[in-house]
Amino acid sequence: MKTEYKYRVLALFSALVLFSIAILISGRTVDAASGGSITGKVKLNGTAPHQRGIDMSKEPTCAAIHKDKPVTMENVVAGADGGLADVVVYISQGLSGNEGASSEPVSITQKGCQYIPHVVALDVGQHMKVINADQTSHNIHPQPKNNPEWNKSQPPGAPPFDVTWANEEIAVPVKCNIHPWMHGYVAVVKGPFGVSDESGSFKLQGVAPGSYTLTAWQETYGTQTQKVTVAAGKPATADFTFTAK
Amino acid sequence: MRTFMIRWALLVTVTAFLGFSALSSAQMTRYEQDQRLGTEAHVGNLTGHAHAAKENYRRYCVGCHGEEGDGEGENAVWLDPKPRNFTLGQFKCRSTPTGTLPTDEDLYNTLGRGLVNSNMPSWNPLSNQARIDLVAYVKHFSPKFQGDKPGPPVQIPPEPEVTAERIKAGQAVFQKLECWKCHGVEGRGNGPSADTLTDDQNRPIKPFNFHDGTRFKCGTSDQDLYKIFMTGLDGTPMPSFADNVKPDEAWQLVFYLRTLQPMQSKEKQIARQLGLKPINPNSTPTPSPQPAASDTPATAPATAPETSPAASPASPPPADSASPNPPQRK
Repeated sequence: MKTEYKYRVLALFSALVLFSIAILISGRTVDAASGGSITGKVKLNGTAPHQRGIDMSKEPTCAAIHKDKPVTMENVVAGADGGLADVVVYISQGLSGNEGASSEPVSITQKGCQYIPHVVALDVGQHMKVINADQTSHNIHPQPKNNPEWNKSQPPGAPPFDVTWANEEIAVPVKCNIHPWMHGYVAVVKGPFGVSDESGSFKLQGVAPGSYTLTAWQETYGTQTQKVTVAAGKPATADFTFTAK
Repeated sequence: MRTFMIRWALLVTVTAFLGFSALSSAQMTRYEQDQRLGTEAHVGNLTGHAHAAKENYRRYCVGCHGEEGDGEGENAVWLDPKPRNFTLGQFKCRSTPTGTLPTDEDLYNTLGRGLVNSNMPSWNPLSNQARIDLVAYVKHFSPKFQGDKPGPPVQIPPEPEVTAERIKAGQAVFQKLECWKCHGVEGRGNGPSADTLTDDQNRPIKPFNFHDGTRFKCGTSDQDLYKIFMTGLDGTPMPSFADNVKPDEAWQLVFYLRTLQPMQSKEKQIARQLGLKPINPNSTPTPSPQPAASDTPATAPATAPETSPAASPASPPPADSASPNPPQRK
């Protein structure tokens, strides 16, 4: 009687161990197989609204950089073939939670009194370098809601700041108080993301097979979502179209 | 009978639904805040309890800061600058790095000192215990104080001696860091970017005019001034310079800023002897005689160009007229 009880406990215990190992392994296989990707295009339906020109005469070093090509606001940046740039595409539902942040840092450069890129996306916990490539001081002043707000001066020639974000937030506006026209966004997402280029193309890499809700965010037009299924070893596609208001 | 049951169930559901919606978001906020009434504050031997400050807050603070601490008290519409919104957990006067919570002592000091150029008076007439209780009460409005800890306080090294070299070096720091972009070449708060400044709620905000008075936003001492630019004033355009200013340079800047103020001081006396002129933003900053400014000052002036129409006309009067009638105050 007693030995039977012992065996039962042992059986239960080994089953538990096996089960947890199985979970661990399956978790790993998901990670290993996460070579899938989602590609697509973001289009703008209609004509982009007029983007106001920026007068940088108060900052001569920056004005000199843009002597030949006047700078405009970047609230809607549309390419020649109707592609919409600076749209952040990310997975809003369906993530397993096992996705680790990329160890590659992203960067945002202050150059010619503009943020390059205008919209930067990164993972929670991923490192972001803030670079001042100008001959003038900038203060980088993000204004988040879910993360702490801070404000730091960066004189010319100063080393880059290394920044991480603790909480998801789409998207954190960034400004420079010295140069009020400077305006950018940092989208803090969880899991794979992509930002559309001038042609509207984007790519999310390292997506494990599964069904997801994909969200596209644009600073003026807001968000759009759609469902997408990623099969193993086969790139999925998803296109978005925003309508000009 | 069945239809009666269905109707009844429907009625109950609708009533419950309406009841829930009637619970306004304001009441929900109050409810959540009340859960945090156990918040404490500690300064020295004093321990403050949020629940003990309820009456004092209602009596002295609620008019401006509002019942929920959101800065929307009934007087708020008439005030500029606006009362602080405590629910954000963001404070100007800190000893902690930008983006972090203040220490209890920071809040306690602000309460005792009041905020110059605003409607916030000094609350020193209240007892120490009443003030520390109010600090706990201020903290209870924001959930941030439950999870996060205040940042590590900025270290302030011992103050060196005021010398002519340090004051001149401080002026070079003032130019190199481009303090004048907002505060103006003479520190009158009239730099080229001054008119465009807004706070984090997008309300216009003025840079500090050093000729205006003897008190700064966060205190009167040299240490307070040091702290202001090494921590930044969160929620305003004033950034933290801690990453790019060494302690030596910070003290030099403190000494230079003192020369701009209206009251008599050792710094001002030396500046007068030196015949110190306001900076010229288009020129090369005078290189600091001390090795402190080792990080190549060559970057800034290299492209300070021929044409810079914006900055130069901002400073018509010569240096000596910068303080026409310095009141003897000591």
